[in-house]
Amino acid sequence: MVSHVAFWVLAVVAVLAGAAVFIVNSMARASYALAVSFIGVGLQVLLLQQNYVGVVTILMMVMEMAVMAVYMIMFMGMNPALMPMSMVHDKRHALAVSIGVFVLLAAGTLIVPWPTRRGTPPADVTMTLGEELMGPKMLVMAAVGVVMAATIVAGVVLAAHQTRYDRFGDDLRRRPADDPQPGGVGR
Amino acid sequence: MVLLVAAALFSVGLYGALSQQVVVMVMMGLELMLNGLILAAAGFWWFLAPDPSGQVLLLVIIAAMTVEMAMGFAVATMLHRVRRVDMTDLARDLSR
Repeated sequence: MVSHVAFWVLAVVAVLAGAAVFIVNSMARASYALAVSFIGVGLQVLLLQQNYVGVVTILMMVMEMAVMAVYMIMFMGMNPALMPMSMVHDKRHALAVSIGVFVLLAAGTLIVPWPTRRGTPPADVTMTLGEELMGPKMLVMAAVGVVMAATIVAGVVLAAHQTRYDRFGDDLRRRPADDPQPGGVGR
Repeated sequence: MVLLVAAALFSVGLYGALSQQVVVMVMMGLELMLNGLILAAAGFWWFLAPDPSGQVLLLVIIAAMTVEMAMGFAVATMLHRVRRVDMTDLARDLSR
């Protein structure tokens, strides 16, 4: 009973905080609202007995929102907590599409005859998840690891101000390198 | 009921992703949609098949979320550096 009440309170908090992201008039408040929404969902996942996933969701998303706040200050060139803003386009169509999608998903949720539960949850969910990841599902994690590594490389390549092609030319043969501040051993 | 909450989160995120002009806010909308997906997957796992391997799917969704954020921030950085632009409408020619 207590967990039911807690689930509904968290559901209301998560959805309202999610809506607040696009209602509040500053980007810093929006990122805090999104963090609150993620914390609500993370706690709901904890209530669904998935301790590891719930904690990972909360920790990761709170850090991500902190990074996002830094980005806003960098790109907006202002104090985002103090600067009111409303930058939307095609609001009416977006609202119609999102309401339509919600009605469709909710109808599917209510109409579909969901099957009964198969199997029972393991006694220690986190431990069995760990065993699964280090055993039969190792390939999934290995693939995710490669994707993450590729993301790091691609992110640096995209975001870097000056790459080796800027320094050494397209054929990488230009010497000395075209550096904004010359220096280094032997120069 | 878990799925209804997930659907609400997904729809709010979709509204944000479609309506917002600032790139970072569009990313917030996408994040909110994935937030709904996490909740739906957790609900499916608990109420339909609490098999340990099902949780791996949740970890994959979280990883996808991280990749989306990292690449989104990298593209936003490049866009800002090359064009001094932080709004989708000002980079509309990229969709051609």
